[in-house]
Amino acid sequence: MSEWISRHPELLVAGLKAGVLIFVLLTAVAYMVWFERKLIAHIQSRWGPYRVGPHGLLQPLADGLKFLFKEDIILTNVTSRFVYLFAPFLSLALALLAVAVIPFGPEEFELLGTRTGLYVADINVGLLFVLAVTSLGVYGVVLAGWSSNSKYPLLGGLRSAAQMISYELALTFAVVGVLLLAGTLSLREIVDGQSGTWAGFLPRWHVFPQFVAFVCFFVAGVAETNRTPFDLPEAESELVAGFHTEYSSLKFAMFFMAEYAHIITTSLLVTILFFGGWLSPFPDTAAWNFTRFLPSVLTAVLALLFFRDAFRLTNQYHRVLTFLICMGLAGLAFLLLHPTALVLAQGPFWLLAKTGMFLFVFVWTRATLPRFRYDQLMAFGWKLLVPLAVLNVFVTSFVVAWRAD
Amino acid sequence: MVEPIAPPPVSAETMTLNMGPQHPSTHGVLRLILELDGETILRATPDIGFLHTGIEKNAEKLYYSQVIPLTDRIDYLAPLSNNLVFCLAVEKLLKLQIPPRAQWIRVLLTELSRINNHLVWLGTTALEIGAMSVFLYCFREREEVLKIFELCSGQRMMCSYFRIGGLAVEPPLDFYSRVDGFLKMMPARIDDYEDLLTENRIWLGRTKGVGVLSLDDALAYSITGPNLRASGLAYDLRKECPYSGYENFTFDVPSRSEGDCYARYSVRIEELRQSLRIVRQALDGLPEGPIQADAPGVVLPDRDKMKAEMEALIYHFKLVVDGFAPPAGEVYFPIESPKGELGCYLVSDGGPRPWRMRWRGPSLFNVQLLAKLLPGHLLADAVAITASVDFVLGEVDR
Repeated sequence: MSEWISRHPELLVAGLKAGVLIFVLLTAVAYMVWFERKLIAHIQSRWGPYRVGPHGLLQPLADGLKFLFKEDIILTNVTSRFVYLFAPFLSLALALLAVAVIPFGPEEFELLGTRTGLYVADINVGLLFVLAVTSLGVYGVVLAGWSSNSKYPLLGGLRSAAQMISYELALTFAVVGVLLLAGTLSLREIVDGQSGTWAGFLPRWHVFPQFVAFVCFFVAGVAETNRTPFDLPEAESELVAGFHTEYSSLKFAMFFMAEYAHIITTSLLVTILFFGGWLSPFPDTAAWNFTRFLPSVLTAVLALLFFRDAFRLTNQYHRVLTFLICMGLAGLAFLLLHPTALVLAQGPFWLLAKTGMFLFVFVWTRATLPRFRYDQLMAFGWKLLVPLAVLNVFVTSFVVAWRAD
Repeated sequence: MVEPIAPPPVSAETMTLNMGPQHPSTHGVLRLILELDGETILRATPDIGFLHTGIEKNAEKLYYSQVIPLTDRIDYLAPLSNNLVFCLAVEKLLKLQIPPRAQWIRVLLTELSRINNHLVWLGTTALEIGAMSVFLYCFREREEVLKIFELCSGQRMMCSYFRIGGLAVEPPLDFYSRVDGFLKMMPARIDDYEDLLTENRIWLGRTKGVGVLSLDDALAYSITGPNLRASGLAYDLRKECPYSGYENFTFDVPSRSEGDCYARYSVRIEELRQSLRIVRQALDGLPEGPIQADAPGVVLPDRDKMKAEMEALIYHFKLVVDGFAPPAGEVYFPIESPKGELGCYLVSDGGPRPWRMRWRGPSLFNVQLLAKLLPGHLLADAVAITASVDFVLGEVDR
């Protein structure tokens, strides 16, 4: 066995990276929920989670434990017991799978004697893989709605089937514009193609020539993840909880995590396709060299904020925890100054910073906008987004063909 | 005038959906039996009675003054309107004159409770349509109104502040500055709500042309209040037959002609502003004087007087033990509550307890609209329409 492993070190490396990525992603999902609750609360002039840990930072942990210990109700009158149990698993698995091909940075490093990069898999059809896997996600929702043998989930499942399939079209057409410019399906090469600047300062990101595609892609992406204003499949005021009404405990948590994993994937994808992925927004010249220290500086600032809180908070246990977090962040800030780490951290830092911006927009729209009605949603998708995306494909192809001549 | 809704042919294609009584958007415990074809509603039957409290019957066992706390619980979003209508009905039976200061404060607080009601209405309607933040903003401002109520009555929601013959106690001194602060803050806050909703394309799409109520139907269904005014008739009891000194205030009665959810929304937004106007006039022009009528047989005597005067002590004892007995007869008194015409019908047999109390609550009539308005709409509209007609189940079931 050990001999077999030593002959295939790349498998071990891939397994290791996948493990780390899943851990990071699940943590990110949990803290995405925290971030959303906190941000919406502040928009609505509330505090949001504040009791469990400093600033409610341990709230995701408490929520996770609660989900674990809740009674796991399995209905006896489900349409199909297997499908009923399989649907949440399918949803979560597919949502996590998509991140496998996302590259987080350009740098390569040595791990267990293998040269490898900041990705789990670099396949030449990465974009197709992401689109395929995310569009399979509709099965989880539809099967859950159908197998629950209940009316509200059924309506939720039907709505989401129609919605996700309709917006899939706009999403895919919007991507075609980028593909025509990039000429490749590999996410890594798409990002590499966006390096450099126009006129010395404007980054060569696809968002500038492909602004229409970006808008279509982002709006369709919001619809794909069933978020406000397109959250019809789980419209609380209409369908109680939509397709996951009949799910409890960890099975509900799996749908929940799947939704947030989808949000993160969509944000990552928008960043990679339109906003230059891991590329820094600053020109690659000596004058802008100091921006390499941004990750370290921002971590240090964050550490200082926590340091202030360690003295400001009244709860003793929160103060200790805040101080520990502060120490951890300060250590990380120092670590990021190390020459190897400095180079390695650039890609993930910019990618995650830009992704965070889109996560913010996701939450912001949820706090601001009312919900579409079913027919309006369909009209918006088919009569506005799809024609716009198709038009964009035509215009882009003409321009690309004209410049090739 | 009201054409019966023809039952659609029963087929295997339709689905019967029980919306409620436990459902996030039925505003209490209303059960809507919906016949759906896909998501289109073919037939809607409201089923009421889940919040029956027997308040009308209970009132027959209580002295007149003891009924006031019960009235709070009827429409718990505008408790002071209920206090007012009951007090006015009994006072009409007694032919009692109320001093102007009491009337002014009554108007002030009733208009505040209209603001309270409309804020809850706006917040919940926006929440049903998915605008989550508006809900919390509205409740933030409503909290300020409730604090004002608490300041003068000691209670946030179940105020029971009005008494037959006047008010319970003189409002505390910081009451006036608090109301003043609220009046200064509120116009900008209403602008905020409008910024979020009035020209929002999604909001317009969800409310314009949805749940259209024609004027004929509104009249046939006995609809009053903002819903009637949204259908084109500027009928307001505060103007038509002023009570409690409303003839002294200047305000407009907003009306729209469309009769859809958006008209109901904009009428209520405008009413918020008009109510602020009335409160401002009441606060600035508050007359001096007593807060209770000079009617020793009806109004509880002052505590200080009780300790000094024999008659006051006797009246206090008699009032608490025996109550007071209005002359035999019947009386109906309507006022303009936030939801429409709120009427109190009392029959007195000359005893200290009402022989019969009947409550004409606008909510019951508004609920009946659902069977008329919902068919033909989508399920999502059902929620929007249900929220927009504004009812409180406590008032429906009584």
